[in-house]
Amino acid sequence: MGKSAGKKVVKNEEGDDCDGWWWLVHKNIGASFLCIAVFAFLVRVAVSFHPYSGAGNPPKYGDYEAQRHWMEITLNLPAKEWYRNSTTNDLNYWGLDYPPLTAYQSYVHGLFLRSFHPESVSLFTSRGHESYFGKLLMRWTVLSSDILFLFPAVFCFLVVYYTGRGRRSDIAWLIAMILLNPCLILIDHGHFQYNCISLGLTIGAVAAILSDKELVACVLFSLALNHKQMSAYFAPAFFSHLLGKCLRRRNPILEVSKLGLVVVGTFAIVWWPYLHSMDSFLGVLSRLAPFERGLYEDYVANFWCTTSVLIKWKRLFTIKSMKLLSFWATILTCLPSMIQQIWNPSNLGFLYGLLNSSFSFYLFSFQVHEKSILLPLLPASLLALEEPFHFRWLTHYALLSMFPLMCRDKLILPYVALFALFYLLYHAPGGREDTRKRQSPSTLRSFMLSFLVLCSLFLHLVYITLHPPDKYPFLFEAVIMLLCFSQFILLTVYTNAKQWMLLKHSTLMDKDKKLV
Amino acid sequence: MEEKLHRPHRNPGGTLQSMAWYALVAACIKLLLIPSYHSTDFEVHRNWLALTHSLPLSQWYSDETSPWTLDYPPFFAYFERFLSIFANLIDPTIVNLRQGLNYNSNTVIYFQRMTVIVSDLCLFFALYRLTAKLDSGKRNLIWVLVASSPGLFIVDHVHFQYNGFLLGILLLSLSFLEEGRDLMGGFVFAVLLCFKHLFAVAAPVYFVYLLSRFCCGGFLKGFGRVLVMGAVVALVFAAAFGPFVYYGQIQQVIHRMFPFGRGLCHAYWAPNFWVFYIILDKGLAFLLRKLGFNIQAPAASFTGGLVGDSSPFAILPLITPLTTFIMVLLAIFPALIKAWRNPRPEMITRWVAYAYTCGFIFGWHVHEKASLHFVIPLAIVAMQSLEDAKHYFLLSIVSSYSLFPLLFEAQEYPIKVLLLLLHSIVIWLAFSAHSTKNGVINATAPANKGSDKLEVKGRSRAATKKGEFVIGWIGKIYLLGLLVVEIWGQFLHPYLLGSRFPFVPLMLISVYCAFGIMYSWIWQLKRIIRSL
Repeated sequence: MGKSAGKKVVKNEEGDDCDGWWWLVHKNIGASFLCIAVFAFLVRVAVSFHPYSGAGNPPKYGDYEAQRHWMEITLNLPAKEWYRNSTTNDLNYWGLDYPPLTAYQSYVHGLFLRSFHPESVSLFTSRGHESYFGKLLMRWTVLSSDILFLFPAVFCFLVVYYTGRGRRSDIAWLIAMILLNPCLILIDHGHFQYNCISLGLTIGAVAAILSDKELVACVLFSLALNHKQMSAYFAPAFFSHLLGKCLRRRNPILEVSKLGLVVVGTFAIVWWPYLHSMDSFLGVLSRLAPFERGLYEDYVANFWCTTSVLIKWKRLFTIKSMKLLSFWATILTCLPSMIQQIWNPSNLGFLYGLLNSSFSFYLFSFQVHEKSILLPLLPASLLALEEPFHFRWLTHYALLSMFPLMCRDKLILPYVALFALFYLLYHAPGGREDTRKRQSPSTLRSFMLSFLVLCSLFLHLVYITLHPPDKYPFLFEAVIMLLCFSQFILLTVYTNAKQWMLLKHSTLMDKDKKLV
Repeated sequence: MEEKLHRPHRNPGGTLQSMAWYALVAACIKLLLIPSYHSTDFEVHRNWLALTHSLPLSQWYSDETSPWTLDYPPFFAYFERFLSIFANLIDPTIVNLRQGLNYNSNTVIYFQRMTVIVSDLCLFFALYRLTAKLDSGKRNLIWVLVASSPGLFIVDHVHFQYNGFLLGILLLSLSFLEEGRDLMGGFVFAVLLCFKHLFAVAAPVYFVYLLSRFCCGGFLKGFGRVLVMGAVVALVFAAAFGPFVYYGQIQQVIHRMFPFGRGLCHAYWAPNFWVFYIILDKGLAFLLRKLGFNIQAPAASFTGGLVGDSSPFAILPLITPLTTFIMVLLAIFPALIKAWRNPRPEMITRWVAYAYTCGFIFGWHVHEKASLHFVIPLAIVAMQSLEDAKHYFLLSIVSSYSLFPLLFEAQEYPIKVLLLLLHSIVIWLAFSAHSTKNGVINATAPANKGSDKLEVKGRSRAATKKGEFVIGWIGKIYLLGLLVVEIWGQFLHPYLLGSRFPFVPLMLISVYCAFGIMYSWIWQLKRIIRSL
């Protein structure tokens, strides 16, 4: 307009600095975080309009019904009965199989539901309850958990880890990457689960470790473990990092026992109702480890499921020997990253350690769901600024590995929208700036990458449009898993190598310091 | 590790990229909103798809299979006819006149929602044109303001209408006028009128502005240009209405387009001048009754039509459509004078927005959705000065809030609140970033900012301080009041009064927002009068 002439000089100087979301990062991190958090919350609310798992699908329904049933059970029965099979609590119908903290959370949410809509949590009569208002309230329990656990934890992490480092727009980009992780949103607010609580507690523990508050970290991580036993995927990293840190202190044994006491104390408080007799304690414990459910469920992109195309693990080994085999495979694969952390604990190394240990659990442990990919995704998103390409690649294939599940849940529309949103945010104009020098990527590599992306897009289309041959009803699932597994293996080899390279880097730094 | 898709920032196409980025991010949210609540307008548009597809043109405006008869001008009907081709390919039931009645399957929902999302491209293209000459910072901010506008989300993508598309045509016309291409501007505006005649409120401004522009270059040349303009407009109208004249349907078309027999106010009162008028009437009647006068309760309701001679008012004089028409014209008058005296292209957006404001404040049977007609164009004006930004901040929040009653179901409640919250945060961040940058610019190159009161005198630091984006305490209290009104309506009223006085929360929203909109009107008027 009229004034543009007067500003021409300035415009030339500033160039396209004002491109993209420069307005977003103009104030402090808090303002950017607030804005992105509100946007992320809006996306979550919008996703929650879509169907949940098992909607209108009797008699077993899905995870939504499981969570609602837990609310019904915890609300109407005394705590001692929660994990015990009885006439009032049929454990074959979505019996509680998560640790006590989940049960307490169900109880609190059950109270919330009862005060607004008692029919949806009444004992027996509410089996398979589905209603407009009931769905709304259930969705709100997840939404509120997200606000209470994940968002503040992410904010703490950013404040601890990134204040004073990096450009503001880089950090805004990182916030968007963590808060708008499409897989987490789809599973929690589409499929229906409460991963935001255990993951939020884990991020809180990570933030506590990064700010050297080990005791707080132990409490938070124990709580995460007590909310979902799957949080154990991170346990090796926490253990090795804390051990490594303690060993470097003046009195290692005292330090370790302090942390141990805190962990045991937290566990004792959470498990209090089940500690009065060995019987009830073991009863709960056996509920948490459902080995009878098999090596893996559905099709999951891990080692056992993918190789089962060639080797029929389930036929060759008994469940007991399979348990041992998978246990040792998991331990062996996460051992390198643990050793690195015990040897030379560092903040960055810890984040890589989280990624590596969760990946080895996902790939090699017993009883893995496709949803478990959320666990490796979490440290990957925390590391997104260090490893942007890795994060994008992982998210891409994590989404693909969840695609069959999303189709079953009728969540294709939010899947597509969030997939697109993820790529848009990843390539946000003015978002992240590559400070490192850009090498022109080799043609072979870029060819391979585009080929793989095309493959995955093609697989999406094939999966929704074509019927598999009658002889191989799960052919497409198997192909999808094969592709995802190959990528995951490559990524985990890369991050393991990267973690060990840190060591080399830091010893070089030490030498430099000594020389100076 | 570098990703190959990453594009460098300093390229000439960067701004277009970031603009497309905003549009696409907004589109993702719109996609997610597909399964949300939709109003009867959804069925209205579905029915129009069906009737334009299955009936010959001569019966479009006389069909009465569904109560939702066609009442938009012919271009919109053609537009629906065009869409119905695709609808027929996707699911023939959508365009079936009888079987399709209240059709509610996923195909029709996805199809119709997608047409709105795709037709928003028109809005974004027009915005791109309109802002092409601004510097990249301003351009970006304008895009953010429009892309995050809660009104568009609420009305188009949840409630269901095609406002984004129609506003796109309006902005396109404005973009031509701002470039000085008057003929194209007039042409596009004529097209717009044949899409939705409610946009005609700005026609006087267009008329005076174009006439004045044409007369500048001497009488003969000007006369020629006026003739060409007239011919172009006549052609557009002929293309729209010609076929109906041919079939002898024109009277029916006019009858449908101007349904007399609607009341002064819509069922939910749009926050305009008439709200005060009604309240004053009620208050006076109440007072006089207390004082012992015999005041009869009015027989008619102001939301219903004019039934016989009965007036919906107890004391104050009856308002007829003609009264409102004259009042709108009178209100627009200052802008007309300015447009006649000095038809500057950079002022046209402001004048047109002002005209729509007047139409909203004084018009007959105004819908609350009509506030979009001036809020969206004002987003472009908002970047011109700090005062404009402050005004826009207030107006945008108030007008978005006044749309809240459109979505009354529990599921959408968080959506409208979050949209407004996000929009408020975004425009607050955007304006403060912009003003800080401008402050720096003012400090480095103290240029006279024309009509602004922002005179840069003295030291640079003072200028930066002065240029900060701060909302005054009255504004702050007013915005906090919105929160109070909302909390009262949603929580306290049902809790304290139960189901008594169910109309109070809505009335409160109307009255409270009416203050904000009236303020905006007076502010715009002052601004126009003061401008050169």
